[in-house]
Order: sequence, then C-alpha cells, then structure tokens
Amino acid sequence: MKHVANWALNVAALRGARYADVRVVAQRGRSLSTKNGKVGSASDAESVGMNVRVIADGAWGFAASANLGRAAVEATAAKAVEIARASARVKRDDIHLAPEKPAVAEWNTPFRIDPFTTSVEQNIDLLLRIDAELRSVAGVTLAETNLSFNREEQWFVSSEGSDIHQTKLSTGAGYAAYAFAGNEIQKRSYPNSFGGQWQNKGYELVEELRLVENAWRTAEEAVALHKADRCPEGTFDVILDGSQLGLQIHESIGHPIELDRVLGMEANFAGTSFLTLDKLRKLRYGSDLVNVVADARQEHGPGLGTFGFDDEGVAAQCTPIITSGLFTGYLSSRETAHTIGESRSGGTLRAEGWNRLPMIRMTNVSILPGEKPLTLEQLVEATAHGILMQTNRSWSIDDKRYNFQFGCEIAWEIKNGKRVRTLKNPSYSGITTEFWNSMDAICSSDEWTLWGTPNCGKGQPQQVMGTGHGAAPARFRGIKVGSAFQGT
Amino acid sequence: MLSRDQAADIFDRIRRLATADEVEVHFSGGKFALTRFANNTIHQNVAEENHIVSVRTVFGGRTARASTNRLDDESLRQVVKSSENLAKVQHPDPDLLPVPDPHEAGMTGEVPLPVRHFEQTAAITPELRAEGVKKIVGVADQHKLTTAGVFSSGASFEGIINSRGLNRWHTQTSAEVSITMLAEDSSGWQKANSPKVANLDPSRLAEVAAQKAMDSTHPKEIPAGKYTVILEPAAVLDIVGFMFWDYSGMAILDQRSFLIGRMGKKLFGDNVTIFDDVTHPLQAGSPFDGEGVLRHRVPLVESGIVRRVVYARATAARMKKSEHRDNVGPIEATGHGFPLPNETGEMPLNIVFAPAGNPQSLEQMISSAERGVLVTRLWYIREVEPFEKMMTGMTRDGTFLVENGRVTGGIRNFRFNESLIHMLSNVEAMSTPVRSCGEESFDMVVPAMKVRDFNFTEVTKF
Repeated sequence: MKHVANWALNVAALRGARYADVRVVAQRGRSLSTKNGKVGSASDAESVGMNVRVIADGAWGFAASANLGRAAVEATAAKAVEIARASARVKRDDIHLAPEKPAVAEWNTPFRIDPFTTSVEQNIDLLLRIDAELRSVAGVTLAETNLSFNREEQWFVSSEGSDIHQTKLSTGAGYAAYAFAGNEIQKRSYPNSFGGQWQNKGYELVEELRLVENAWRTAEEAVALHKADRCPEGTFDVILDGSQLGLQIHESIGHPIELDRVLGMEANFAGTSFLTLDKLRKLRYGSDLVNVVADARQEHGPGLGTFGFDDEGVAAQCTPIITSGLFTGYLSSRETAHTIGESRSGGTLRAEGWNRLPMIRMTNVSILPGEKPLTLEQLVEATAHGILMQTNRSWSIDDKRYNFQFGCEIAWEIKNGKRVRTLKNPSYSGITTEFWNSMDAICSSDEWTLWGTPNCGKGQPQQVMGTGHGAAPARFRGIKVGSAFQGT
Repeated sequence: MLSRDQAADIFDRIRRLATADEVEVHFSGGKFALTRFANNTIHQNVAEENHIVSVRTVFGGRTARASTNRLDDESLRQVVKSSENLAKVQHPDPDLLPVPDPHEAGMTGEVPLPVRHFEQTAAITPELRAEGVKKIVGVADQHKLTTAGVFSSGASFEGIINSRGLNRWHTQTSAEVSITMLAEDSSGWQKANSPKVANLDPSRLAEVAAQKAMDSTHPKEIPAGKYTVILEPAAVLDIVGFMFWDYSGMAILDQRSFLIGRMGKKLFGDNVTIFDDVTHPLQAGSPFDGEGVLRHRVPLVESGIVRRVVYARATAARMKKSEHRDNVGPIEATGHGFPLPNETGEMPLNIVFAPAGNPQSLEQMISSAERGVLVTRLWYIREVEPFEKMMTGMTRDGTFLVENGRVTGGIRNFRFNESLIHMLSNVEAMSTPVRSCGEESFDMVVPAMKVRDFNFTEVTKF
C-alpha cells in the first residue's frame, strides 16, 4: 500500500502542500447478536480506503476516497490541497506542528486467538447457550447477547518520512436480561452495559469473561429488582464498582482533559471544558488518592486506547493526568502541544476510519489502584452507612463537564459493613471536582480492570471511538443520591 | 457517485456469483464535505466519497448480511461468499419472510415525493462553504464574539435491488449550518439544514446566535424546581426523539416499549397529534425502508391518544399472531423496517407534529408567561427510567429567565429530570411546526412548546 500513499504524497507536494500525511486503512468487522433464542443480527463488513491530510497556505485540508486507483488517489490529494487553500480564506494563524522524529515501524496488537478464525457456528452456539441460561429464569422477558470482532490494518506515510504499518484487533462480548412486569422495566447486564467488555485482544477475551457461568445470576438479579426498594434520596457515602467508575472517569476526567475541547475547537458540538489552561498544575482535581494517567502503551494493558502509534505517527505514551490529586496533564496533538508549553505531542490523535480526520481522543484514561491491599468486600466492611452502585444505566454531563448525573442498574444499601438490602433505580449526581475530592478509598490492583468504552462520540462529522478506562471500586463521601427522581 | 444503472450492473454480477435462494443488495453512499470553524477560523475541512454494497443472502429461512466498499470482481465474490457462509450456519428462522416482490413492497414505478436533490447543493465547493463561514465570522467579529460551527454539504444515494424484481433508488442532497457564538460567560446557538442550500441563510442564523450570546451574559443562578418552560423547536425534538424507538411493533413484542398497555389510550394532552410522514414537504429521506417497502403515512398520536405503531413486514406478521394483536390498533407493514437481519425491527424516522388549533409564536408564549424559562437547546439527554420515559439532560447555549411577559436575562444552565408523558400532557401552547434539527435526535417537523411544571433538579456552574 505504500505506493498508494506515495502517489498521494507526490501530488500534494506538487500542488504546494507544506506537509502531508496519508493513511490507507482496511477495516473488517464481524457482529453477531441474539435475542430471545434467535439470531438477531449476523453481519460481516469490510471497508477499505485512503485519505490525505495536508497543510497548504498555512491551513488544513483533508480528502478521502474509497477508490485506491492511481487517478482517484491523485485526485483526492489534489482535492485535499484545494480544500486547504479554501480553509486559508478564513484563518488567523498558520498551522504549526510540534516536531516529531519520523518513525519507520511495524506494530500489531498482541493476541492469542485470532477471533476471525473462530467458526461462526461456535460463536452462535455460545450466544444461544447464554440466551438459554438467561431465559431459564422466570420473569425474564427479553434476553440479548452480542459478540463483535474488529480488525484495522493501517499504513501511515508522511511527507516527513514516517512509514508505519499497524494492525489493531479488538473483541467485545456481553449480554443483558430485561424483566418487564406491572409498569416497570428492569435490566441487568454482564459484564458491563453497552455491549459488555471490550478490549484490544483476540478471542481469548471471550474465554476469560466466564459469560455462561454468570448468566443465571445476572438474569435473576434483573427479576429480583422488581421487588427491591427504590433507592432513597439524600446524601450518602457511595461506593462505585469498577465499571461505573470507568465511565465516571471517561465523562468527568477523560473529556475535560481533551485539549481541543479546552481550546474551543469542539465548542459547537461536544462542548468546551472547565479545565482552562490556567488550571494546569494548580487545580486540586481530586483527593490525594486520585492518580490518573492517559496511557496508550501496551504495558498499560489491552485497552481500546492501546496502540503503537497514533494517527499522525506519534508513538504511544503515558501522560500523568492527575498526580496525588493535582491536575498535571492534558491530551494533546502535534498542532496543540505548544499551547501547554510542550515541545512534543502526547500522541492521542485517532480517526474512526479511512474517511475521517484524526482528532484528539482518549487513550486509556485510568485511575491507578490503591497501594494498600483492599478488596471490594473489605471496603464494604469498612463502610458504616452507604450505597454500593453497580453497572451503568444512564449517563449525562454538561458541555463544560461540571455537572453530571449517572444512573446504575442495581445498588445495595450498606449498614455497619454489611449489605442490608437491594435497591432499584439508583442514581447519583454532583460537580466534577467536588466529587473527585470526596474520594477517600480505592481498592487495590486485584480489583482493577481495564474496561472498554466502545461508543465514545465526538467531532463533526461525528466519529465513534473506543477508549479504555482502568478502574477499581472506590468510595466517595457525602454524595447526592436519587436526584434523578427528585420531584417526581 | 454510483448511479442506478451501475447499481443494477453490480446486482447482476452478484446474482451470478450467488448460490443462495434469494439475494437482496442494499446500496448507499455519496459525496460529503464539511467545513468546520472555531475561534473564528476554519480549523478542519474535510471531503469524502464512498459507496457501500451490502449483500443479504437467504437459504431456506436462514439469512445474513455482508458488506464491502470495493466493487472489483474479487471483492464482490468475497462479499457474496461471506454473506452466504454466515447465512448457511444460522438456525432457520420461522418468522423470516421471502424478500418482497414489487407488488408486496408497494407501488411500482417512481414514488411521488417532493424533489430532494438539487444540483446547486450538490455543486457546492470548498470555496463557497468558506465564503459562508466568512459571513458567520464577520458577524462574530462585529459583535466581538467567538464563533464555532460547521457548514456541510453533500449528495447521497440509497437503493435496494432484490432477486424478486424489486428495484428502488433514491437520491438527495443536503446542506447544514450550525453556529455557536461564545461571549465571555455565555453562548448562543442556531442550526438549520435542508436538501436545498438556498433555504439556508448563514448570516441570519449567525445574528440570532450572536444575539442569544449577548442577551445571556452574566447569567444569574436561580434555584432548581418546577418551571413553565418555553422550549424552542430544537429543544423539543431533541427530547421527544427518545420516545419514538418505542413506536415499533417489535418494541411491543419485546416488552421494551412504554406503550405496552397504553395503545388506544389517552397518554398526552388533547393538543398533541403526531404523524410519521416521509412525503411531508419539510421532511427528508428515502421513501422506502430496509427491505424496499414504501413508507406509509402513519398517525401515531391523535389528540393525545396513541393510535398506531409502525411495522416491518415480519413484525406485522408476528404481531398478528401475538397476544397483543387486539390491543395495538391496525397491524400492517408500514415501510419502516431496518435492513435485515436486525434486532430492532422498525422505527418511525419522519416525525411531523400536526399544527395546533391556535398556534402561538415564541414571542406570544413569552409575553403570556408570568415566570418561566426560555430554552434554546437541550444536551446530553439520556433515559433514566424506560416506562415513564423519564429523561435527564442539560440546557445549553442560551437559557433565559422570563418574568412578567418578557425575557429579563440569562440564567445558569439547569439539569432536568422529566417524564415525556408528563411533559406532553402539560403543553399549554405550540407554535407552527417547522423543520428543525438538533444534536440528540433526528430531524423532525416540530413546534416550539410552552410546557408547565417542567422539572429542573440541579443548576450547574455556568
């Protein structure tokens, strides 16, 4: 594919581009799902194409085509330059990129079992066995399961001499049981909501999740929620399970640290951020126990934000975001790094596919586990009165990322270190920095999981991206609970 | 762009490669370009062209789909093989129907639809979009504001050809302008789209957004609680859009619809009447569904009573045999199915609110309000409770206090937790419906609404 990239680079240079990069991308996905004992969807999809990103007349241009023939590729490069010149009609300053040493590299997601080599029969059989377990519980009215595999092979070549071939592989699997009765619909998901768990791994992820073994319990909890008390309103100490804390990190840390949001580049759609530049290394984001990193390196784990190089050829890095509670870093790119005094990009630019412009995206934004050994059960035992919430059901946050409200599928009231009753329709709300400053305990590494969020939306046209969030259960003091049903 | 004749040729090649009993090919794609601006400069500017060929094969009640964007012989051979390999290992589905012939799918020949493809829109260049952005930035500069937004344009196609002789094709163009104006501690927003770019006026939209930003500076904090709200059309569509997933026969069969046990009953106020109507002059989109069945005009709600839901062919057949069949109104395929196979079934996507008997302008709603909140748009809306359709979300980009019949200034943004059933039962006034677009739901023809007792539960910090 390098010849395709070179056709484009040559034309971009001839047309006057000061900088150009080309990505040729081949994506393949398999998606299977079941619903109430039948296959719901069964699809295979491939998408192949290329794009050219250029700077000409000091402004950006981008064009993409599914046609990899020479004439089409060269026309696409010419169009990118034409678009850049149009951009230059409405500009203030020329674009400058932070220097980056050109990389010539090969990188692949490590995996044990290529999921595309597993048979579809085997996949469907697994999903139907889970489905049967879920529906064996009386009261379950809807059972849904899903399994997805995705592979993305990319050639990145730039006018500065980068030449990177990278193949990323991801797997996702999960299920949900719904119980409708009276005037209420309750739901339980495993291992997480929104399609379960997603990681940059092969089929071994599916084997590790113990999907069938957890199905009956999950379904039983969905039915049992109908008999549970509604979560009370008030101020409580709250323990969040790891998956919910992962989404809390995503919304109230991951998005506000995106430097393009901070700089106003996303103001029309995704919004801006309360984390204005003056707050760097000054804002007390959380309590001393809060340590958060944005780590795209393989050694952090097989998250959806793990890669070798980002989509402008910058190697994966680990950026300290919150250090002992102090706000210490943003997610940056070659274009934006200088605004925070950095001489190099943090390596976070990613695109959904060949036809999309790369933009700043979360990598694996993770909270580090506590250093002292602490299990979830020990944390519960150490809580006099509180509410343990598990598995996200709804999520919402304002466009500067201050005020949030989350709902969970299930909760338990804790009294004197014991779970005394199950609660339905739990929710909590707060202000981002007040919330993180109230964290007074976090479980240790045995309870830490690198969760995948496969559905993060951003940009115009909107791009959906997978991000990773490592988290362990943690406790927060004096949190507002139940506001979702306040006044109803 | 792929033409209808090229699509027919591709279908013939696929049909020859396939061994399946039945074949259906869905075609989609087009050209799309978007100029994006922020901080009064164009910072992103993109263009793409793509085409997707999606092949569904059927072997005796077993079906699956595979898609590709490569049109060479080997790629088509591969996509047929993938589809067939997936289909062959499925368990037979007794509810799967044969692909529809032209008679079953509705009228043959061309569909009577307002023109939705305009050459002037298809021919928009990056330079023309930049000129539009320059006008918007000019308004921002004039008012010492910062602006961000998009100006996009495109031409798209969608087609279905199947082995029983059905051949559907639709093309349309689109143009969209979205503008945020930012002052030091406030903001304003406007957005509009149309198949015809001449219907958009970037300068006027920019002026309205700028005025909102300037009128809402130094926002006051007022306590959360129940207020009379005046929701502009974009705010209405973004919140009500979340309930239309439930106006589906499949949602009722799956017992995930809030309409279970509520069909034929009065759920909303007398003044709420809602249709799905793809032929409405202010609507957009193709006139056929994922199997090529023509979309019917369906009355979903009449004077507050939920009358009908929409159906794909197979869902209608299942519903006729189900325990719900006597309680869901007329059951027939309405042309709202998604491409098969899928879990969701169908959904109405061309929502039109009927005009109220005595429509009020936004100004009249404000002048008749003793105390209330004027809302430009809503944001990050999510479902909190599915059966009462309890939604949460935020106000954004222009939230104002109304006192004694006039707007008295900007206020800090609220979080709401509000039931759609409650909201649509408390509509005191509506404007004439307009084509509107937001960010949380799909485009609709909706009015502005004045709603009493809207439930704000928290205030944020700006």
